[in-house]
Amino acid sequence: MIANQSIAVEFKRVMKSFGPKRVLNDVSFQIGQGQAVCLLGRSGTGKSVTLKLIMALMRPDSGEVWVDQDNVVGMEERRLSLVRRKLGYLFQDAALFDSLTLYENLALPLSRLTKKPKDEIDQVTRRVLTDVGLGADGAKYPSALSGGMKKRAGLARALVLEPKILLADEPSSGLDRITAAEIDELLMRCKTERGTALIIVTHDVHGARRVADKVAVLDKGTLVAFGSVEEVSQSENDVARRLITE
Amino acid sequence: MRWFSKLFEFVGKVGLFSLQVLVDWLKPPFEFAQLSRQLAEVGNKSLTLVVVSGFALGAVMTMHTRSTLVTFGATAMIPAVQAVSFFVEIGPLVAGLLLAGRVGSGIGAVLANMRASEQIDAIESLSIDSFKFLVVPRVLACVIALPFLTLFMDFAGLLGGFLSEEASSRIAPALYLSRAFDYLQWSNFIAPTLKTAVFGFIIGCVSSYFGYTTDKGAQGVGEAATNSVVVSSLLIIVADVLLIKCIFFLFPDTAL
Repeated sequence: MIANQSIAVEFKRVMKSFGPKRVLNDVSFQIGQGQAVCLLGRSGTGKSVTLKLIMALMRPDSGEVWVDQDNVVGMEERRLSLVRRKLGYLFQDAALFDSLTLYENLALPLSRLTKKPKDEIDQVTRRVLTDVGLGADGAKYPSALSGGMKKRAGLARALVLEPKILLADEPSSGLDRITAAEIDELLMRCKTERGTALIIVTHDVHGARRVADKVAVLDKGTLVAFGSVEEVSQSENDVARRLITE
Repeated sequence: MRWFSKLFEFVGKVGLFSLQVLVDWLKPPFEFAQLSRQLAEVGNKSLTLVVVSGFALGAVMTMHTRSTLVTFGATAMIPAVQAVSFFVEIGPLVAGLLLAGRVGSGIGAVLANMRASEQIDAIESLSIDSFKFLVVPRVLACVIALPFLTLFMDFAGLLGGFLSEEASSRIAPALYLSRAFDYLQWSNFIAPTLKTAVFGFIIGCVSSYFGYTTDKGAQGVGEAATNSVVVSSLLIIVADVLLIKCIFFLFPDTAL
């Protein structure tokens, strides 16, 4: 158990179905502030849904989803918008806005959600772009970026408001090992430099070993293992053990 | 029966969606930057289509009208027939249908693509109200742009008609204009032009509804584009019938 004050995200008996298919079945876990947790599991086992429930982009059928001491289930939009400001979300395909340049993609949340003057917005945007290695690409549109650049741009947008919790959906999928390691490096820097809690959905076990304090394994909608990489690699659950060790 | 209940469900959903647009119009923050972007998209980029279509339609209509009126020796009426038919009905309706095709399909496809590629989720995740940010400016742009585009269509039609008539009868521009506006009253001009704001509202709401609410991924993009055009066009024609009745009620002299 983690002390209440330092819980970043908590699931309490969460159920979620799509039609007859149960995607999450009575899932409960806690993630502490500043912790990095990797969600592993086979495709279609509810990993991305877990992230969307945290961001309240979906509602669970039952159960509670707590984000930094707020239950986001059934929360009204205005309060939800305040909770979402504590979260950053790196989408699987980055989900950058096609009609905006990379610079505008990052400046948009700053101009909308903060009272920073234009100069400061410009400064922050350029700094974050430089941090992810895209300092010279601000004028490009997403269609002109490579897969790795898109991921880094998506990460930059997720980080521009300096969230307390970062959700990353397969940040290294489709990338070569070197670029994937660079993305992991950026994620680690968020954690160590800013104390950001990381919740990362991934199929990349190498990446999980590099980044994660803890690993959660979902199988057929059930949380079958939760613990350090060593603990999960000795789990009694066959799927969890194989995912970590093979 | 099942089809009927589906139709009712659809009408209810689009109705609530449109109501939400009206409510969000009045609530700050007002998305002026997005609105000006959409006005450029809806207005500027549709202008060529509307003007060329209006010009061609005006020329063709004059040719047909002339061949009929010559029989009765009433060719002097051609400019008036042209002006009244264009300003009262053809301009507003054709501009509405053209925009339903060009802009409706565009809005449907863009929003559906944004839904499929999680861009709408991304907007929500940044604590930005995606409905206000994406839907409301698009609908408002359609409402503002369509009456102006209709004016361009009307005058392009008149120009096409004049050039066609001039080629046949060598009529002077001043005489053509004087005859064209002889029978046209302000009520013939203002009410039909303003009714296109309703057409704009229909195009914006229907196409945004199909795009914004799709949940079929890439397949949904094509469906949203097609459905936007088909349903908007159909509703524009139905709304036209009702609006004409309203105009006749409000301005009885236009019905004479």
